[in-house]
Order: sequence, then structure tokens, then C-alpha cells
Amino acid sequence: MSAAYVTKSPWVVHYDGSSCNGCDIEVLACLTPMYDVERFGIINCGNPKHADVFLVTGSVNEQNKGIVKQIYDQMPEPKVVVAVGICACSGGIFKDCYNVMGGVDQVIPVDAYVPGCAARPEAIIDAVVKGLGVLQAKRDAMVAAGDAPAEAPAEEAAPEAAEEAVTEEKKTPAVPPIFTMAEIKVNTMDHLKK
Amino acid sequence: MIIKSIIGIVAFLVLGPFVGGLLAGLDRKLSAKMQRRVGPPVLQPFYDVGKLFQKEKQTPTRFQDFYVLLFVIFVIASGVLFFMGGDLLLVIFTLTIGAAFLIIAAYSSNSPYAEVGAERELLAMLAYEPMVLITVIGFYMYTGSFRVSDILAGDSMPFLPLLGIFFGWLFILTLKFRKSPFDLSMSHHAHQELVRGVTTEFVGRTMGWVEISHWYENVFLLGFVFLFFANGTALGWIIGIVVAILTYFFEVFIDNCFARMKWQFAFKSAWVIAVVLGMINLFVLYICF
Repeated sequence: MSAAYVTKSPWVVHYDGSSCNGCDIEVLACLTPMYDVERFGIINCGNPKHADVFLVTGSVNEQNKGIVKQIYDQMPEPKVVVAVGICACSGGIFKDCYNVMGGVDQVIPVDAYVPGCAARPEAIIDAVVKGLGVLQAKRDAMVAAGDAPAEAPAEEAAPEAAEEAVTEEKKTPAVPPIFTMAEIKVNTMDHLKK
Repeated sequence: MIIKSIIGIVAFLVLGPFVGGLLAGLDRKLSAKMQRRVGPPVLQPFYDVGKLFQKEKQTPTRFQDFYVLLFVIFVIASGVLFFMGGDLLLVIFTLTIGAAFLIIAAYSSNSPYAEVGAERELLAMLAYEPMVLITVIGFYMYTGSFRVSDILAGDSMPFLPLLGIFFGWLFILTLKFRKSPFDLSMSHHAHQELVRGVTTEFVGRTMGWVEISHWYENVFLLGFVFLFFANGTALGWIIGIVVAILTYFFEVFIDNCFARMKWQFAFKSAWVIAVVLGMINLFVLYICF
């Protein structure tokens, strides 16, 4: 069972916080025949209990922080969180709103950041594919810790351990932001020229 | 006789999930091609199940996993009974018990999505069950036996005398495979009002087992299609296998051409088909044989 199945079928659950829905639509654009993420085995499953990758678009506010946290908690380990778009990364243009807490990492640990307004579908796909590395690392950590999915009592011990590992990752991100803002700008300009 | 049964059992237990998983992979590939997409690798269903077995164990209630285990056992048992050449009545009753345990498992989680899925699964069961019974009775009236081994040994194909029943069976296969327009209890294409219907609360390896038993179930249901063509000759076997595979891809085609219908339509149409195609066919059999 050591084969890397976790990286071959990343199922995605998608949540849109406070945003303009631009990134939301770009996430859905990834599913269209144009980009077809299913060729990597990625499915938008709409169910946190089946999901491996949590795509969050938009910033977190006082009203939806509970929802974001609940979706995250319902996902079984190993799991990866990808913040899509600048609002999900840092709060974006909503940053100074009285009710906005900022990026998604204010509430749950984030493994990959995709800047951009809106984030391009290519960048989102790239982020998910890079997130697979983190997914594999978490699976390896699960196996090393001995709480392979068969053991039920792992439930009590696992979340703390996982959280520790994740917060450590946050300090020294395992996956650096995929594109710098300058690169995004260049990509977008290239695209417009075409 | 006994050796044939043992070969049937072993072949089903070993090859069943491989064939079922491969068919599921081809289904997704073909659907993708129909939508002008590249689509996932053909082996994707195996990767998915492998992944599900690597996930953390999580369950809303331990009874759910117990019911799912019973579902898996009964579905596999019904396939085993079929492929060992057993009694068709026993086969369909075992399958019904298996389906019932899936519904109980969905109910036991107390999740609203799973409960809606369970209720719709129950309605789907009510819709297809008459046609299943009529099919089995049709085989009995034509061949004079409920045993699969006797039907296989017959020298003529049951296809033509059971023409109406064959199309009725084709119709309810859409319900049994949970394909559009009748994917009301559990959609393969999620992100809908049901979330994932019956399987919403199944996590990790529980979901993996449900997938594997669906592969077994699909192979077994296509076995029924095979039974319409199989007779003692090699030609009958070849035609049976080819038609069974074509039937599966026909269902994929239907799946891609229709949106989901309401349960009322599923229920009414399945019963109308059962009465019109099934009962008239039985009546003709009664007159002629």
C-alpha cells in the first residue's frame, strides 16, 4: 500500500468566501473541456468527506470563518489547503473592511498560495499539482506516525500532531507561492497580446 | 458440475473487480471524449480506490460501517450465486437485501444529504424491482428452470422470445447503474443538491469498499444481459459477452445525453415499462410455450 495513490486522485472541494466570484468562476473554468482537470484525476466532489484538496477563494470574514473551519475539519487526513486568488492569500482589496479577517491562513493552515486577481486556471491547476507533494508528505508522515487509516483511535492523537506539523510548515512553507505577482502580470499580458 | 461452479465463483471473485473497474475507467474516458475532453487515465478508478484506502478512518457512527460491510457481503454473494449457476430467485433476493443494507447505512448516519439519498434509493428500488422479478419469471417460463446453469445449457437463445423483457431489463439497468436520467440517489457527477446522496457520509476505506462492490454489482448485472444470449454453443457465449459490453456503453451514452429526471418520472416510467414490455412478453410466453 505504499504506492502513491494519494497523488493520483486528488478530489477537490471548493468554497468561496467574501470575494467578487472571479476566482470562483476560474476554479470552475478548470473543469471545462478547455482545461479538463479530470485528466489528472482531479474531481470537484463537493463533499468535504471525500475531498483531499480544499480550494478556498475569497477572503475570510467573521461570518464564514466557522464554515471554512468546519469544512476543513470534516476532511479526512491527508489533506491540503490551496488559497486561490489574492483575496484568499491576504484579503486583497477587502483587507481593510471592518469584518474581513484577511487571508484564509487566519483560520486554517494553508499549504499553497495562488496570487492573482483573478487567479488564472493554469495557476490554479499548477497549485493543486504542487499541493500533491504536500499531500504525499502528509501521507508519509501518517504512515511514519503509525496511524495508518485502519486504526480508529488515531482520531484523538492525529489532529494535534497534524496541526503541529502544519504550523511548522506555515513558518517555512513547503510550497512557496507558485507565481510572483510580476510573473502573473507577464503571463496575463502575454495572453492579452494573443 | 461442481468444478464449473467453482471456476465461476473464483473467476467472479478475482476478475469481477478488475473488469468492473476497467469498465468504470472506460466509462469515464468515453464520457470525456463525448464532451471533447482528454479525460482521466483508464486505470483512474483503481487509483481512486487506492487513494480512499490511504485516507484517515472516520465515521459518523460505527453502525454505518457495519451496514456497509453487510452491503458488500450481500452484493458479492449475489454475484457468486449467479456465476456458480445458482437459482435466479435466490440471486435477486440476495441482491435486494444488499441494496437494503446500503439504504440502512445511509439512514444510520443521520445526515440530511444521505437521508435524501436513501429515500430516493428506496424509490428507485421500488421502481426497478417489478421488472427484475418479471425478468426472472420470464427466464423460468421459457427455459423451465430458475437455475442459471440450466438456462446456460439450453440450446436456444432466450433473447427473441424474451425480447420485451430484454428491453425492460435494459431500461432498469439505467436505474441500477445509477446513470442519468435516473441518478437520483447518488450521482457520479457530484456538486449537486444531494452532495453525494447515499454515499455522502462514507469516508475513506468505507467508500472504497462501496466502490468495489459497485464494480462487482455492475459485472453481475451485465451477466444478466449475457444470460439472454448464452446457450450451449460458443457463438452464443461470444454474442452474449459482446452485447453485454455494448449494453454498458449504451448506458454511458444515455448517461451523457440526459439530465436527471424527478423520481416521479423514474417510478412511473419503470412501472409502465414493466407492465407494457414485461407483462405482455410474459403473456405471449404463456400462450406460446
